[in-house]
Amino acid sequence: MSILVDENSSVIVQGITGREGGFHTRKMIEYGTAVAGGVTPGKGGEWFEGKPVFDTVESAVRVTGADVSLVAVPAAFAPDAICEAAFAGIRLVVCLTEFIPVREMMKVMHHLNQTGCRLVGPNCPGLLSPGLAKIGIMPGFIATPGNVGVVSRSGTLTYEVVYALSQAGMGQTTCIGIGGDPIIGTSFVDVLRLFEEDPQTEKVAILGEIGGRAEIDAAEFIREHMTKPVAAFIAGASAPEGTRMGHAGAIIEGSEGTAASKIDALRNAGARVAENPEQIPELLC
Amino acid sequence: MNLHEYQSKARFAEFGIPVPMGEVAHTPDETFALARQACCAVVVKAQVLAGGRGKAGGIRLANTPEEARDHASAILGMQIKGHRVRSVLIDPAASIAQEIYLGIANDRAEARPVLMASAEGGVEIEEINRLRPEAIVREHVDPVAGLFTFQAVRLASAMDLPRKHWRAFGQIVAALVRCFEESDAELAEINPLVITEDDSLLALDGKMVIDDNALPRQPQLAALHDSSELSGAETMAREAGISYVRLDGQIGCMVNGAGLAMTTMDMTLLYGEARGIGPANFLDIGGGARADTVATALRIILSDENVKVVLCNIFGGITRGDEVARGILTACEEVQLKVPMIIRLQGTNADEGRRIINDAGLSGIHAAGTLTEAARMAVDAAENDL
Repeated sequence: MSILVDENSSVIVQGITGREGGFHTRKMIEYGTAVAGGVTPGKGGEWFEGKPVFDTVESAVRVTGADVSLVAVPAAFAPDAICEAAFAGIRLVVCLTEFIPVREMMKVMHHLNQTGCRLVGPNCPGLLSPGLAKIGIMPGFIATPGNVGVVSRSGTLTYEVVYALSQAGMGQTTCIGIGGDPIIGTSFVDVLRLFEEDPQTEKVAILGEIGGRAEIDAAEFIREHMTKPVAAFIAGASAPEGTRMGHAGAIIEGSEGTAASKIDALRNAGARVAENPEQIPELLC
Repeated sequence: MNLHEYQSKARFAEFGIPVPMGEVAHTPDETFALARQACCAVVVKAQVLAGGRGKAGGIRLANTPEEARDHASAILGMQIKGHRVRSVLIDPAASIAQEIYLGIANDRAEARPVLMASAEGGVEIEEINRLRPEAIVREHVDPVAGLFTFQAVRLASAMDLPRKHWRAFGQIVAALVRCFEESDAELAEINPLVITEDDSLLALDGKMVIDDNALPRQPQLAALHDSSELSGAETMAREAGISYVRLDGQIGCMVNGAGLAMTTMDMTLLYGEARGIGPANFLDIGGGARADTVATALRIILSDENVKVVLCNIFGGITRGDEVARGILTACEEVQLKVPMIIRLQGTNADEGRRIINDAGLSGIHAAGTLTEAARMAVDAAENDL
């Protein structure tokens, strides 16, 4: 078992004929992901790597029955692409795109909340269920099938920990990068809940960062609802406080954004907190 | 991107928010001339992208043009939290009956902007939030529909604002929300918004932070970017699409990805702190960086003379190990590498990258297997040179 995606997920790539989209589509097919086709407005009827290209998500869904979409289009088009997928009945949208203005993401979330669609990202590496499916840009060779669930706000830090787990002989159910932007579709708490409910996931690794209060919410969820062991790492303990102007951010967040407050909250919730990400495997032994 | 106070207030004025009619001076003599024109007491305010200006002595009242000139002499060139003051804003002094706080910022968890207001404005607003959060009233704004008029009434009523000010206050709230939205701001704040002794409302101080991701579609705001606040290395980084923040340690870090870059810094401090060693910088070369970006990153790191060792930690996903290796060799041809370099390559094409580095046979370059090993080697190398 895995969360969110498995070998039956049928995937379309929005932006399949683009440089990024094309490159990662090939990698996903190589990994064995069931890529059903792609969408590039104006290129409907063409083929890419033996997969049909459509003008709209609606027609792609109608013909292929796809239930998952990977959005790999530039920031100026990504908010529209996410909404198009959601309105076409896509169940899960994974958005890789970086640099989307916050204001646009707030509007996207407003529209998404009226559909049953889940968004992962934006500005994320996507997800990887080892041996089953890869939706995004995580390098497949670092992961092996197993019973650890990995969730992270970062990209390469996720690879670091997944690789360390694999080296230690500890495989993963699903590795998921939820993205580093201020507004994201799927939170730590959402993913922790899915891991807690997934029968094959026995242990969970959570990788956070300074800023925001997502890790504080995660700690509350771990304390109240998690029965499975959790190991955590928070990046940025050495980062100096930025040149912050204005009080509004501090009024919303209080002191919750610091590494120390997040580490304390996770520890108090029963998670084992690593001071070095390469310690995560031993903390889950 | 942070805007200066004078830039924020000019933007507020475009949306109809009443602000003092101030002007910017760069020298004491300009200050004298502006103060004389004003025909009244003025406030000389340091224009610098840092908080805590008042406490640092960067905001002073002057009753005469001569006094204003003296204050400007003292303030210009002053360092406030590491930022040098290059200009001052000369505002006519206001007679203040009450100070209000009014701000709007993005609430991440709610995915909506939130307006915040308090009848107890001023510099202690964060302290008030900590001790008596109920003294700050909040109102979320719908990202699609925008502000409803009744929401400003709710704020005014909840903060016990005298009724005679509700109309003016409501207009300022509406204007601030529009200014925030149309500027793609992450923060727009008036603190204090004052009620003057003649019963009018005036935005005495203003702060705006613009979403960097929106700058491509906000050319008018992007043009306000103050590059004098950036060092040469920071400007070079900005142009190459590299995130760089200089710190005060000895280990120059070159990493791909912000999370891993922070982690690499954390590791150098974890093993080095007891020996007085830590990171010299945060540097993220970004995803899929090519050889020339890597070379630029190395030049930026080496421009900091505190750097005793370079720690390069690359976990390749879309970034390829062979590209990184070629970039390091290119940079080494141009800049003489006088300090040791620890290289740890993992992930996509890492084997080929390691082969390229080994074949080049450069002295002073050492390979590390794990992040832990790399961080320990860097700390040892930095210590040997201290």
